[in-house]
Amino acid sequence: MYTFSNKLKTFSIILMVLGAVGVGIGFMSSHKSFEDVEHLLEAEAHHGGHGDEASHAAPAHDTHAESHDAHGKGHDAEVHDGDAHKKHVEHVQHQIHNRPWAALYVAAFFFMMIALGTLAFYAIQIASQAGWSPVLFRVMEGITAYLLPGAVIVVIIALASHYLGHDSIFIWMNPEVVAEDALIQGKSGWLNIGGFTLRAVIFIGGWVLYRHFARKFSVAQDTAEDNSNYKKSFRIAAGFLVFFIYTESMMSWDWIMSVDPHWFSTLFGWYVFASMFVSGITTIALITLYLKSKGHLEFVNENHLHDVAKFMFAISIFWTYLWFSQFMLIWYSNIPEEVTYFIARFNDYQLPFLGMVVLNFVFPILMLMSADYKRVPWFVVMTGLVILFGHYIDVFNMIMPATVGDRWSLGLPEISSILLFAGLFIFVVFTALTKAPLLVKRYPLRKESEDFHY
Amino acid sequence: MEASKVIHAIYNDDDVLMSAVKKVRAEKHHIEEIYTPFPVHGLDKAMGLEGTRIAICAFLYGLVGLTVAITMMNFIMIEDWPQNIGGKPSFSYIENMPAFVPIMFELTVFFAAHLMVITFYLRSRMWPFKKAENPDPRTTDDHFLMEIAVHGNEGELENLLKETGAVEINLVDKEAH
Repeated sequence: MYTFSNKLKTFSIILMVLGAVGVGIGFMSSHKSFEDVEHLLEAEAHHGGHGDEASHAAPAHDTHAESHDAHGKGHDAEVHDGDAHKKHVEHVQHQIHNRPWAALYVAAFFFMMIALGTLAFYAIQIASQAGWSPVLFRVMEGITAYLLPGAVIVVIIALASHYLGHDSIFIWMNPEVVAEDALIQGKSGWLNIGGFTLRAVIFIGGWVLYRHFARKFSVAQDTAEDNSNYKKSFRIAAGFLVFFIYTESMMSWDWIMSVDPHWFSTLFGWYVFASMFVSGITTIALITLYLKSKGHLEFVNENHLHDVAKFMFAISIFWTYLWFSQFMLIWYSNIPEEVTYFIARFNDYQLPFLGMVVLNFVFPILMLMSADYKRVPWFVVMTGLVILFGHYIDVFNMIMPATVGDRWSLGLPEISSILLFAGLFIFVVFTALTKAPLLVKRYPLRKESEDFHY
Repeated sequence: MEASKVIHAIYNDDDVLMSAVKKVRAEKHHIEEIYTPFPVHGLDKAMGLEGTRIAICAFLYGLVGLTVAITMMNFIMIEDWPQNIGGKPSFSYIENMPAFVPIMFELTVFFAAHLMVITFYLRSRMWPFKKAENPDPRTTDDHFLMEIAVHGNEGELENLLKETGAVEINLVDKEAH
């Protein structure tokens, strides 16, 4: 049995406290009044040197007309100067208010998606009767323990951003915006708060139910006389994978794509899936290496590491394939209603948008191509941290342009949100790891997995 | 044509062959060659063969393919005749790059795959109408053959090989290649 070391427990609690304090400060400092924002914009205009308000206002409105249509409509050449000024200030004020909400949401989703990606990986390993991975099952089960709290937090933040934060993340939740917006009205059969909540309950319910029973059968198999638990876990894994691929896709429309309710993409669900899958696999590698370095997983050797690293490598490329397919198809045809999505990202998010391709593709492909490097723990850890950071930036790129527009930064609200959820993640995962032995006992493929060598 | 003598020890099981290889190597005899009907997992390690470097070749060939694709399309589409085709920006390579990526990818794979295969054929000396170098046709079906050079120690070697479970031991003259 693994015991949660006091050092790590304290570390995770420190992360949570620091994160919570930072998030609190973020919320307080983002509460700017209309006048504050006006002063801020004036100061910026003077600072920029090439001064007049209108030229500064124009690009901001254009880029965000998509997500803030109510404001966007006001941006018209004929509109009176004072009116335009008021609209612009309100627009910026809204973006500043959104920032701590969006920062919290991005971090919450990122850690939830690690747990969900790991759950999918786990189910695939069982359904495909993989012979190499059973020694890692308990690590995967530990990581998926974060799914229930993590996913519930994501939905709570989504709903709280409407009720407390005045539609900081999802503008389609605002009836005033919908009243003026024919496009969102047309989608309100899907995009309404009742449906959003109901679907979230079904998604989370299904995932957590699978996780609960998979874990139960896995632990029961340790002391069982026959393989009935194994057979049951095989069957529910196959069923879950069917449920998962539908719900994951719908979840990505609900929880991510709907921040830009005017935009749509058909392969978006796959794209989000690839991101969560590679993050989950990378986290499995990192936690395995941590536990092994502490001497808790003697039965895991560099051959298992090699296989996990192969998955990191291959799914990183798969992610890039989907990222590029989505981008290139839209860039090539250049249809205005689709392309605004990438124009906003190219204009205001050039470094994170293109930087993440380096982090998530170029870096792993060069680092993990060699078979020898895949077997070196510190190498995999280093690459894994880069991949995880890259996929945080990926979620950041999906959420931020629609919520804070060009007022983004990787500052206090973002970093403290990461710390908060990283602390919670470590706490939940390592607590779950103490609940069962770290090696499955009577799993039929255990011996094969222990003797696995590549 | 200098003829040298070699011993052909024939086995009918890959496990027996593996342990025989280990024994023969432990006795410091040089194994010239082993003929098997199928890949025997771990035989290269047991024989102490060096790892292949063909993957490194493939990587370099891939880089050549990528370079060819970039140079070719940069010349054709951007430098030689940068016309406006459906509004695509042909002002610089980078501006129109997404449209070139499918070709860059395919040529990278094409060069890496084909040149690697050709390298494999050259290094393994394989080509059409090549005379098969097979000392015993049974090694393509269900027998394994170990070839060891003899330097006047055939008696000692024969005993050793018998011990390792060889079903047949032949002393043959071998023409040097």
